[in-house]
Amino acid sequence: MNVRRSYAIVLRIFYLMRGSFTRVFPLFAWAAIDIVLWGFITRYLDTIQSTFNFVSTLLGAVLLWDFFTRAMFGISTSFFEDVWSRNFLNIFATPLRLSEYLTGLVAASMVTSFFGLVIMLALAALVFGLWIFSYGVLVVVIVLGLFLFGIAFGIFAIGIVLRLGPAAEWFIWPMPAVLAPIAAVFYPVAALPVWLQVFARLLPASYLFEALRAIIAGRVVPMDQIWIGCALAAVYVVLASWFFRQMYLHAVRTGLVARYSAETVS
Amino acid sequence: MESASSPSYKASTNSVETIPALVVRDLRKNYGTTIAVDGISFDVKQNEIVGLLGPNGAGKTTTINMMLGVLEPTAGSITINGIDLARHRSQALEHTNFAAVYAPLPGNLTVAENLRIFGLLYGVPNLSERIEEMIETFDLQKFRNTKCGVLSSGEQTRSGLAKALLNKPPLLLLDEPTASLDPSAARYIRETIVAFVHKSSVGVLWTSHNMYEVTDVCGRVLFLSKGKILLEGDPNKLPALHGKSSLEELFVTVAREPLTLEASTLEVPSA
Repeated sequence: MNVRRSYAIVLRIFYLMRGSFTRVFPLFAWAAIDIVLWGFITRYLDTIQSTFNFVSTLLGAVLLWDFFTRAMFGISTSFFEDVWSRNFLNIFATPLRLSEYLTGLVAASMVTSFFGLVIMLALAALVFGLWIFSYGVLVVVIVLGLFLFGIAFGIFAIGIVLRLGPAAEWFIWPMPAVLAPIAAVFYPVAALPVWLQVFARLLPASYLFEALRAIIAGRVVPMDQIWIGCALAAVYVVLASWFFRQMYLHAVRTGLVARYSAETVS
Repeated sequence: MESASSPSYKASTNSVETIPALVVRDLRKNYGTTIAVDGISFDVKQNEIVGLLGPNGAGKTTTINMMLGVLEPTAGSITINGIDLARHRSQALEHTNFAAVYAPLPGNLTVAENLRIFGLLYGVPNLSERIEEMIETFDLQKFRNTKCGVLSSGEQTRSGLAKALLNKPPLLLLDEPTASLDPSAARYIRETIVAFVHKSSVGVLWTSHNMYEVTDVCGRVLFLSKGKILLEGDPNKLPALHGKSSLEELFVTVAREPLTLEASTLEVPSA
C-alpha cells in the first residue's frame, strides 16, 4: 500500500474541484434544497399537532440520508471523472494498485461528503433549530455507519459501471431513491409489507435509522441495531471491494480497460 | 512525409550486458476463438529502440496493452527490467511508461497538474524538479497552466511524452507517438526521445506507420502480421533481404501478402 499513490487520486479530485463551480455546487446544493423543503414541511407539521417531533425525526432522517447519498456519489463521481476524461488507460497502466485507487476514492468521498454534511448541519441548525448531534455521541456512530454504507454502495455502483460500460452511469444516479423506500429512512421497518421487510433487514441503513428514531424519541437506545448496522456496512465495504476487484479483473481479461479509452476515441 | 535522407539519429545498439528492458516469451492473447497475438517472443535491450510494425489489426496495440498490464495475456510471460509483470504488476509497472495517441492526458487538468498526479502515481523522486525538467525539455513552459484539453495535437503529444519520460522508465512504450504531428514537430519529438534513450539507457518499443521514421530511429524492427512476428531485423537491411526497395514496400507486402514472406523467411537467413 503506497499512500502517495492514493494521495494522487485525492489530489486529482482536489484539482478538479478547485475553481470549478459546477463541481463544488452539487456537493451541497441539492442537499440544501432538501433541507429547506423538508424543514418547512416538518415545521408546518409540528404546528398542527404536538405529539410527534417532525422536525427532529423527519428532517434528521433527510439530513442523514442525504449524507449517505453524498458519500455514495463521492465515490462514483470521482470514478466517473476518469470515465469522462477517458483516463482509464493512463491510470490503470501506472503502478497504482486497486486498493490504493479505492482508498483514494474513499478519502476523496470523505472530504466531499463531510463538506456537504457541514453545510446541511449548519442550515438545519440555523434555520430550523435542529442540531442533530445534541442527541448524543451515538448519532456520530450512526453517521459513520451511514458513511460506510455509502462507501460500500458507491464501490458496488462503480463496479457495475466498469462491467457494463460508461452508459451504465444512468443506473447509478437514481440508486439512493430506489433504496430509500426499503431503507426505513422515514418510517419503521414494521411499516413495510413482510416480504419487503426481508430486504430492509439486509440494509445497514434500516438498522441505523431505527436507532436514530429511538434516540430522537427518547426511547431506550437499541445498541444492537447500531452495531448490526455498522457491522453490516463494514461487511458490505469488503464485499463491494471484492465485487469491484472481480469486475476489474474481468475488464483486464477482456480488454475492456484498454478499450474504455481507445474505442471511444476511434 | 519526411525525406528518407533526413539526418539519422538512431540510438546506439552497443548496449552493455545488462538486464533487458523487456523480455516477452510465447505471448498469446485469444478473444474466444480469435487469436489476436499468437505466441510471440522478443527482447528489447537497454539503449535500444525496437520498432513494432504491422498493418492495422496485426496485434501491435494488443501487445502493448499486455505490457502495460491493462490486458491479461492468455499465455506467455512479460518481464520488465527483470520483474515478472504477472506476479509483480505494480513493481514492474514502476519501470515502464507509455505514450499513445489514443490515450491523451486528461483534458480537464493543466499540464503541470497532470504531471504532478502521474509523478505521484509513478513514485518519481524530487517530483517538482523533474516536472520543471520535463516542461523545459518538451518546451511546455507556456502551457504549464493550460488545460490539456485545449492544447493542439502537437502540444498534447508533447505533454503525453513529458508524462511518459517523467519517471525515467527503463522501458518506454510508444504507440504511434508522432501520429497527427507535422514533419517538423515529429522530428523534434524523435530527437528528444532519442536523446533521452542515449542519456538514460532506456529500451523503447515504438509502433509507427511512418516507415521513414522507423528507418531513422529504430535499430531493429519486428513485423507483426496476424498476431505473429513475421520478420525481424535491421530496418535498413531487411527490405533488400526480401527483395524490396524500401521498408514501406516491405510493409505493404506484409500487409497484403504475408504468406509470400512466410515462405521467403524460410529461405533467407535471419537478418
